[in-house]
Amino acid sequence: MKFDIYDFSVLTASIHQLLGEMMGETAVMITEMVIVGIVFLTLFAILGLALVYAERKVCAFFQQRLGPMRVGFWGTAQTVADAIKLLLKEPLMTKSADKFLFNLAPFIIIVASFMAIAAVPFALGLQAIDLDIGVFYVTAVSSIGVAGILIAGWASNNKYSLIGAMRSGAQIVSYELSVGLSLLTIVVLTGSLQFSEIIESQREGWWIFRGHIPAFIAFVIYLIAGTAETNRGPFDLAEAESELTAGFHTEYSGMKFAFFFLAEFVNMFIIAAIGATMFLGGWMPLHFGGFTAFNEVMDFIPPIFWFLGKTAFLIFMMMWFKWTFPRLRIDQLLTLEWKYLLPINLINILIMAFIVLMGWYF
Amino acid sequence: MKAIINYIKEVVGGVKTLINGMKVTGYYISHPKEIITQQYPENRDTLNMVDRFRGEVIMPHDENNEHACTGCQACEIACPNGTIEIIQDRILNEETGKKKKTILKHVYHLSMCTMCNLCIEACPTDAIEMGKGFEHAVFDRSQLTKVLNKPGSKLRAGVEE
Repeated sequence: MKFDIYDFSVLTASIHQLLGEMMGETAVMITEMVIVGIVFLTLFAILGLALVYAERKVCAFFQQRLGPMRVGFWGTAQTVADAIKLLLKEPLMTKSADKFLFNLAPFIIIVASFMAIAAVPFALGLQAIDLDIGVFYVTAVSSIGVAGILIAGWASNNKYSLIGAMRSGAQIVSYELSVGLSLLTIVVLTGSLQFSEIIESQREGWWIFRGHIPAFIAFVIYLIAGTAETNRGPFDLAEAESELTAGFHTEYSGMKFAFFFLAEFVNMFIIAAIGATMFLGGWMPLHFGGFTAFNEVMDFIPPIFWFLGKTAFLIFMMMWFKWTFPRLRIDQLLTLEWKYLLPINLINILIMAFIVLMGWYF
Repeated sequence: MKAIINYIKEVVGGVKTLINGMKVTGYYISHPKEIITQQYPENRDTLNMVDRFRGEVIMPHDENNEHACTGCQACEIACPNGTIEIIQDRILNEETGKKKKTILKHVYHLSMCTMCNLCIEACPTDAIEMGKGFEHAVFDRSQLTKVLNKPGSKLRAGVEE
């Protein structure tokens, strides 16, 4: 395969070797962990800045506006200015808030998205940890975030916060099912929960093409449920501005608010990244069986760009949803999940299992 | 069986309406030329205000420095908050030899105006209209009291007939 020249494991192996010459085994492990941590922290900061800017621009263009234009060229430095403003702001706290839980909540949410991003395969050999139960791990870890939201709503001692947190809890617990089941539909095809193997199995073509209609239905359900999972519009009842001021983060200010904000955008990135990995082949280039010349040309584009491109496409789809559809009521939200998405999903997974059993996929 | 068919119909119908909505926003994002945002200080010279914009009351004068205001005070009466004051006098008309009501000053207090458009609707001769100017910031509020008829201007012939 041509894209093996872009293998990152060569780089990581050389770093590992370099560190091994300098220090002992335990020290190497700790140093590597610190390096990975710093890389992810930087990635979080860049992702936050870039995605907030993208969100504001995309939203503006959907509404026939221009969006931020003043700070920097086409407003590119706007989010940096916002971040500096948030850093300099005073972290306020209500008098009767539960101080310990109030301060803990933003960290739980950030830690949850931090743990989830560890399993995301960015490119060939560029993955913090390649667990053999990767899919299971991501779905499990990403639902820790709801604990942070609930704690934030409870500790604020504010009825808006509490209502927002409870809605968010009901929502995430319900939609977790759909996310899990739609991912399972692909796991049925691959027969593995490991991300690297799932990507490897898509060498001949992405699952969304090879898995016929059930894979496409699973993809659509994943997009809907994933959008709900990140508390984004049209499922943003947790912070419904017109009803609940700002929902669970009403009482937060400054950097603590920024953590919630950052976590929302990073979660959106993770959902899009997992979706791209499961359905669109992750960092695997676009291949069609038979077109050798076309496949070779595609191989020359580095895998990291394939991954980022697919993720950006899914993020754009989620933004499209957010800026098109009106917000659902809480009962409509739960009806959508329990009466529509879940039954369709269950039947879909059954059909997929049958297709795999008969070997009808290609 | 009927329930299942209805269920499927509902799902398909729902998806259809969602796609319709996405088509609308998709049209907006794919046509960046239709963006309506005006970047104000930069495009000050080419700024195009919309037709319905109400910035201030103005009295158009033609090239002979003539206006259409007869001084009938309809606008003054129509104004709900006393923004307009008409100062007039009976002045001898040279041709007919009779004294006749003539407008001296059409005083307009911009500081009190709410741009309600009632004076323009009340004017029988269309002498005043809503202007598009909006940069009204001044350092002293006395500057906001304006005289709308230009010095030396007079009533256009034929307006009163």
